[in-house]
Formats: sequence, structure tokens, C-alpha cells
Amino acid sequence: MIEDIELETLINDIYEYYGFDFGSYSRASLKRRVNRIYQLDGFKNFYEFLSKVRYDPEYYKNMIDEITVNVTEMFRDPAFYKVVRNEILPQLAPKPFIRLWHAGCSTGEEVYSMAIMLREAGLLHKSIIYATDINSKVLETAKKGIFPLRMMKEYSENYRDSGGQEDFSSYYIANYGIAKFNEELAEKMVFSQHNLVSDNSFNEFDFILCRNVLIYFDNNLQKRVINLFDESLSILGFLALGTKETIKYSISTTKYKQLEKEKVWRKIK
Amino acid sequence: MAEDKINAKCKLVIIGGSAGSLNALMQILPELSVLNSFALVIVLHRRGTDDMTLEELIKIKTEVPVKIIEDKEPLLPGFLYVAPSNYHLLFEKNETISLDTSEKVNYSRPSIDVSFESAAEIYGDSLVGILLSGSNSDGTEGLKMIQKAGGIIIVQDPESADMPFMPNNAIVHTTPDYILNTDEILKFIISINS
Ligand SMILES: C[S@@+](CC[C@H](N)C(=O)[O-])C[C@H]1O[C@@H](n2cnc3c(N)ncnc32)[C@H](O)[C@@H]1O
Repeated sequence: MIEDIELETLINDIYEYYGFDFGSYSRASLKRRVNRIYQLDGFKNFYEFLSKVRYDPEYYKNMIDEITVNVTEMFRDPAFYKVVRNEILPQLAPKPFIRLWHAGCSTGEEVYSMAIMLREAGLLHKSIIYATDINSKVLETAKKGIFPLRMMKEYSENYRDSGGQEDFSSYYIANYGIAKFNEELAEKMVFSQHNLVSDNSFNEFDFILCRNVLIYFDNNLQKRVINLFDESLSILGFLALGTKETIKYSISTTKYKQLEKEKVWRKIK
Repeated sequence: MAEDKINAKCKLVIIGGSAGSLNALMQILPELSVLNSFALVIVLHRRGTDDMTLEELIKIKTEVPVKIIEDKEPLLPGFLYVAPSNYHLLFEKNETISLDTSEKVNYSRPSIDVSFESAAEIYGDSLVGILLSGSNSDGTEGLKMIQKAGGIIIVQDPESADMPFMPNNAIVHTTPDYILNTDEILKFIISINS
């Protein structure tokens, strides 16, 4: 087990050697992740681990992939997607052009779920979906639109629970344990690297989704990111967070109106 | 008695359980009304879907006010918190709660080990960890960490548990401060509440 002070040393070194700032990440979760790889990789002591991180960029890259949490699903929390399908998309439908941003999109399951819903609502052709993450490796997977075939049963149940009525398997081609999603779904997706810690707003959006990313940040960084979203959201645009995330510790909620039970807020001024 | 030792400083009581533990809780919670100096956190293995049935059920059964957890929620004495489905629940130094969607541990998310270990780190000897009924080995490692950090560990008497495997596993691999049936667990909680 590493000590708190050792974790802080590691955070400083990563910033110094690689420029990545974990300083505002939630310590509880970060420490758990760092401990996990420290133990898995069988270091004799903390100093050995630290030198490896400092002087072996390949190791550093792998470590970052291991300590950031990339777990995601298609149509995760079907009740949320139902609200998107039944309440949000109809509100966006009259727009000549719909701009969406998935911040912290991981391997893209969420982005493909959105494309499917936009298509079913007849809106995909006039939409553009920016999907960003800090981790270039997950973005590569996301671009390919290839997900494990063994997950499809669960995803198709999620899809159905979210109100989907098509044959879910018509959206992908199954082959040797993988499901390759139709390229047509990806036509309106733009993937790029974007760091919520340090990068700025890059466009104005009608719908921003950032689900299960803020939980890894401390309150100060959450504030920064929510303000970044606020700057990037058009009036009457929607902001969606994970089911247990909230804007209430980060921004004056008088600017936003929450949609009933779901973690979706509409910018009203 | 150890109870005297801790009653002044206990800041958190954390209860973990799996199959059969809801029964045990339903015998304990209705008898509690006010928690004076500590918070009560309950981590149960629950279905993956995001529903609030467990929170609702617990709300009906106890007078202790139940807080529905959101990320970075402050952990306050006097309140009961239930770990939400599909997230691990962690504790921060500034006494807020963080959630985490990383891989399941012991086939579970929330995992009892994950929360116990995190609580041990932050609350040290101001912590009481209680492990209830279940048929999984989750919780044992966490109890070890709580004890190592100076906290008190209590295991439900397997005789009184619907599913004795989980408490048995903890008894074999740790040295609990107390092995208690639900009635005695209740009395213990009331005793540290004075
Ligand atoms: C748990 S995943 C969430 C995936 C998806 N949004 C969902 O809810 O299913 C968290 C993602 O946040 C990304 N992330 C972490 N820190 C980030 C940062 N500073 N900037 C952008 N993305 C970040 C991680 O790389 C990871 O892919």
C-alpha cells in the first residue's frame, strides 16, 4: 500500500515529467487505482515504482490507461435514454442543425447509443456528435465502433428498456466474437482528444453529455468543468450527467432547470 | 469495555451485507431513531439496475433520516446513507463521499471490501465495521483493514444469519471484536449512541 505522501509525490512527478495534472482528481479513487497497479506490477518499494514512471514513457502510458476508469456500456441506465428519446430529442428536432458533445466518451458505447437514437428519431443526418476523451487509446476503439459480441445481449436488453423498438442486431455485424457497428452510424461522429482539466471550450452545443467522469474529480475541478460546459451550451441546451452526479455543488442552479428525476438540466438563461 | 473506549469518538458505522442481510437490517433499523454523533452507511449487494427500491424500503423502516447519495455528498452525523447500485462507494479526507464505476470486486459493485477499506483509511479508530449475512466472501478483507487501522469489527453470528457463509468466512480469516446476533448488534449501536 502506498502512503498519502507517496501519492502526492507521484502526482507531482507525473505533472513535472509528462505535464498531466492529476492534482484535482478525487484522492479516494485515484489512490485505489494507483495501489492496484503498484501491487499488480510487483514493485519492491515505492521508489522503484517512481523511477519506472519517470524514465519509462511506455510504462507511464500504460499506467495512465490502468488508473483512469474506462468502464462504459451501451444504453447504460435505460431510464435516462428513455428521457433522451422521449423528451430531449423532440425538443431539439425543430433545429436546423443539432450539435452534441460527449465529454469523457471512453470507448464510445454511449456515442453509438446516441447515434442510434438520433437515427430512429430521423435526426442523425442533421446532427454532429463531438466525442472527446483524454485517453487516446479509448478513442481509437471508439472510432472503430467495434465492441465485444458477448455484451450484445445485455445491450439489446438495455436498448429495449430504453424504448427501442427496432431489431438491435440490425445495427451491427457479428463476427468472431466482435460486433462491428454500421459505419453509417459513425458518419456524424468526430472523435478528438480533449482534456477537461486544462482545455477550453471549442464550440457551442445543444446537448452536452458527461456521464460518470466528474465522479473522478474533486469539487474544484468539477466546478471548472461545469463552467466549461456552461460556456459551451446554447440557451435552452441540455446538460446530462451520470445518475449520481449533480451540478448543485458547482454552479448556481437558477440558471438551470432540472428535468424531473433524471440528471439532465436545461439551461434557461 | 471497548464500547466505552469508542463511544466518544465513533464517527462512522458502516454495515455491509449480501443475501439475507436485508432481513437482519429490518430487525435493526426500525429500533433506531436518532443517531447522535455518527453517520451510518449501508453497503449491500443489490441488483444492477438503477432503482431506488432499497432506499425507499429503508426510509419506510426507520426514523433515522436517509440521504440519497450523490457524488461528493458530505457525510454528516445523524444521517443514514445507502450505497447506490452500480457504483463503488469511497470516502474522501474532507468527509465527503465519492462514487466510482470501476470494475466489480468480488463480483459486486458496490463491493463491501472497497468501501470498508476506504472507510478504514479515512476514519481509522473512529470507525465501526459490521458484516452481516451473505453467500459471498466480500467484506472479509475490508474488516481486516478496519481492524488494522484501529477500528472495531463486528460480525453477525452465523447462527442468526440467513446465509452464514459471509460471516463465517470473516470469522475464519479475521479476529472480530464481537460476534453478535441482530438483537445484540442493535444494542451495540444504541450503546455507542449515548
Ligand atoms: C467511467 S468513463 C465514462 C464513460 C461514459 N461517459 C459512460 O458514462 O459510460 C470515464 C472517462 O473519463 C475520461 N477522463 C478522465 N479524465 C479525463 C479528463 N481530464 N479529460 C477528459 N476525459 C477524462 C476517462 O479516460 C474515461 O474514459
